[in-house]
Amino acid sequence: MARGMAGKGFGMPGEVPGWVNYALLPLLNLLAAFILSGLIILVIGENPLDVLALMVTEAVGYPEAIGYTLYYTTSYIFTGLAVAVAFHCGLFNIGGEGQAYMGGLGAGLVGLAMTGWPWPVVAVAGVLVSALFGAAWAWIPGWLQARRGSHIVITTIMFNFIAASIMTYLLVDVLIKPGQQSPETREFDPGTWLPSMDRALGWIGIEVAPSPLNLSFAWALACCALFYLFLWRTRWGYEIRTVGQNERAAVYAGISPARNIVLAMVISGALAGFVGVNEILGVQHRLLLNFTGGVGFVGIAVALMGRNHPVGIILAALLFGMLAQGGGQVSFEYPTVNRELVMVIQGLVILFAGALENLFKPQVEALFRKRGARNEGRA
Amino acid sequence: MPDAPTAAATLTPPALETRGVNKWFGANHANRDVSLAVPKGTIHGVIGENGAGKSTIMSIVYGYLPADSGEILVDGRPVAVKSPRDALAAGVGMVHQHFMLVDPFTVLENVLLGAEGGVTLAAGMERARAELVRLARDYGLEVDLDRPVGELPVGAQQRVEILKALYRGADILILDEPTGVLTPQETDHLFRILRALREQGKTIVIITHKLREIMELTDNVTVMRRGEVVANVRTAETSKEQLAELMVGRKVLLRVEKAPAQPGPVVLEVSGLTLRDRSGVERVKGVGFSVRAGEIVGIAGVSGNGQSELLEALAGMRPVAGGSVRLRGEELADRPGLFNAKALRGLRVGHVPEDRQKVGLITSFEARENAILGHHDDQAYNGRVLMDRAAVLSRCEAEMEAYDVRPRDARLRAANFSGGNQQKIVLAREIERNPDLLLVGQPTRGVDIGAIEFIHKRLVRLRDEGKAILLVSVELDEIVSLSDRILVMFDGRLMGEVAPNDAALEQIERRLGLMMAGVEAAA
Repeated sequence: MARGMAGKGFGMPGEVPGWVNYALLPLLNLLAAFILSGLIILVIGENPLDVLALMVTEAVGYPEAIGYTLYYTTSYIFTGLAVAVAFHCGLFNIGGEGQAYMGGLGAGLVGLAMTGWPWPVVAVAGVLVSALFGAAWAWIPGWLQARRGSHIVITTIMFNFIAASIMTYLLVDVLIKPGQQSPETREFDPGTWLPSMDRALGWIGIEVAPSPLNLSFAWALACCALFYLFLWRTRWGYEIRTVGQNERAAVYAGISPARNIVLAMVISGALAGFVGVNEILGVQHRLLLNFTGGVGFVGIAVALMGRNHPVGIILAALLFGMLAQGGGQVSFEYPTVNRELVMVIQGLVILFAGALENLFKPQVEALFRKRGARNEGRA
Repeated sequence: MPDAPTAAATLTPPALETRGVNKWFGANHANRDVSLAVPKGTIHGVIGENGAGKSTIMSIVYGYLPADSGEILVDGRPVAVKSPRDALAAGVGMVHQHFMLVDPFTVLENVLLGAEGGVTLAAGMERARAELVRLARDYGLEVDLDRPVGELPVGAQQRVEILKALYRGADILILDEPTGVLTPQETDHLFRILRALREQGKTIVIITHKLREIMELTDNVTVMRRGEVVANVRTAETSKEQLAELMVGRKVLLRVEKAPAQPGPVVLEVSGLTLRDRSGVERVKGVGFSVRAGEIVGIAGVSGNGQSELLEALAGMRPVAGGSVRLRGEELADRPGLFNAKALRGLRVGHVPEDRQKVGLITSFEARENAILGHHDDQAYNGRVLMDRAAVLSRCEAEMEAYDVRPRDARLRAANFSGGNQQKIVLAREIERNPDLLLVGQPTRGVDIGAIEFIHKRLVRLRDEGKAILLVSVELDEIVSLSDRILVMFDGRLMGEVAPNDAALEQIERRLGLMMAGVEAAA
């Protein structure tokens, strides 16, 4: 009886501290993935600890490596946020890959067309146009879901294929630089390139090692802040979250599910489209085939692992950035640990962090509930 | 302090007994040393508020949930019940609140399901048919064995559930809130069946929160509160008031005290209103009525007769197929710009929906976010871009204070409040915006008695402030005690109107009951 009066109301299940969900469980999942990866490396005949040490060194061990890691992280933040905003509206956007590809087309067209303009103007135009292209590509499945009930998972997957076909056509037949075999455009005018981080920091007197890391990283961090403000601090974000949590309550509250589904998809597509700014304007300086290389799909794992929160997404993107950079280097050093095996390790992390995110949840939560109950009983 | 089971003085062991059963859900002690004994050949009531643990203990007895400690005895012998199969083997059957029937199957097929007895159905079918005819004759459980269950009325479906349990050899029958979906006449029929079963030596346990049923039907009653047995009493030696007090732990007012209504001008006028569901079936068929300022108009009816659809349509949540809806004289039905949930809020129409968990609240949101649901666009909570969190918080805290919501924590997620407190959050949101018309559905479903008292008083006060209230409820008691006029809905039509003060209570309920069953209103 006395327990019931303790303030929180009788009959309430014991609360699990927030950090369990946000920190402990992802770490446990990560640990499980690494243990399993270690076993596989052991079977191949290498020392897992040596491989891990090399991987970490190659990911964060020296300035150039950090630059590469953060460059990968940038794209993962964009696609992670893209998946997360759709999640908050109850939508599973599998189409980040296609939307990023289309965003790249937008950025590429800006790069080709704006020869002679100063880079800040090109950067702003690139951000706007890549957002527009990505958003447009997500708008169609969004509209189909909202108005026609076509399932967003199916349509976004199909739109990935359509995007790939369109890009192949455009690069092979339309945008290709005349007089060459490889399906790429000409290089953009160097004046329009988005400055790399080493150049930009050089202007204010900070020396860093050269790497593909460019100013889009700053934009990615800004997007995280904007993402938080939009979803949790504005009425539009409130509406999107309401639709995602409970569509009938949304109808009750006079919130249109259809409008918010379209809105969330458009924002999602725009965020994915920013990958184009990073890759095309920031690194490649020309439009080419398959520059996305799966970032849209990694974004799903990033969003899941980051619990759809911008802080979590930054951390998860950082992890996947390290895996991409460190893993790539490991395959150079160890002939037996080839690229495919590195992909297996990445796959395991995605499997444990994403698909099996609830693997340890019941046990860990039960543990904390029991502990909470015991403590309360003692009080 | 639990009394000793009074009827256990006889020599035969109780048909069903639990000893010191404990059950935890996480930190929630749902059953605390629950010991109760049900003498053979009696009807035993288990009563308590929502969350008192009465369904939990019965789920343990029937093998749905494992107990953390304690034992279960049938006819004096301890039994290990790990699944409903074990319970049935021990002779314990259960009739659920929500029926577990396959609608397109016939009654016979449903009874046979899980007890087919052989590879081919034919032999088992014939045996079952003979047995069921016998059971039906003995206990007055008449149902057409060859009709698909989906075509039967709810009362008959419930009889199929009882037949199912008896066919499997149940000597002890547990019924969980069996009257929730029945008309008063169907309830009477059920009670006759249960008494016949008792005369044949069966033991009945009935879980309910309705005091009247306990008084009318049972021999003994166990009262539970907060997971504990607080009393075992003989029904003949207790009263409604005493039971209510035991359930709540303090004295409660069972009747709503209110002055006669002083109706003002008509606020809502509905005529010829027709509604269709998604598959085009007419759910509301040309309904007409009006609600005046300063009165509560109640719509009674067994659930599923169109009253939910009516309420949702008036709140702008579903399209209207035909007819007229006038608010303060202004026609809404053909003006989608006005007749939608958002615009209606601006026209000072409040709506407390029937299902607070799925419609009225977003249970994963914090209380403060729920306090502005539907009003999140208001200038009061918004700057140019960002929302004014301080304004939202102070609004929510003020409402929680005024409605005594516990715990008073505006940042707690709605899911973590009890049913009564959740409902108070919804009511506060809708009432404190001072609506001219309040649409209320099932205001006290799943709400504890203490909160019911509060909610009823608040609605009466709103009426006395000159607001119009349209109340939909399947709880006849609630309709009768709150309403100034009562409309009865059956199969999408209004069957008639009753003023609750022009006759004795019994008579009113009889008349309402007939209308709820589709019999035209008698004068």
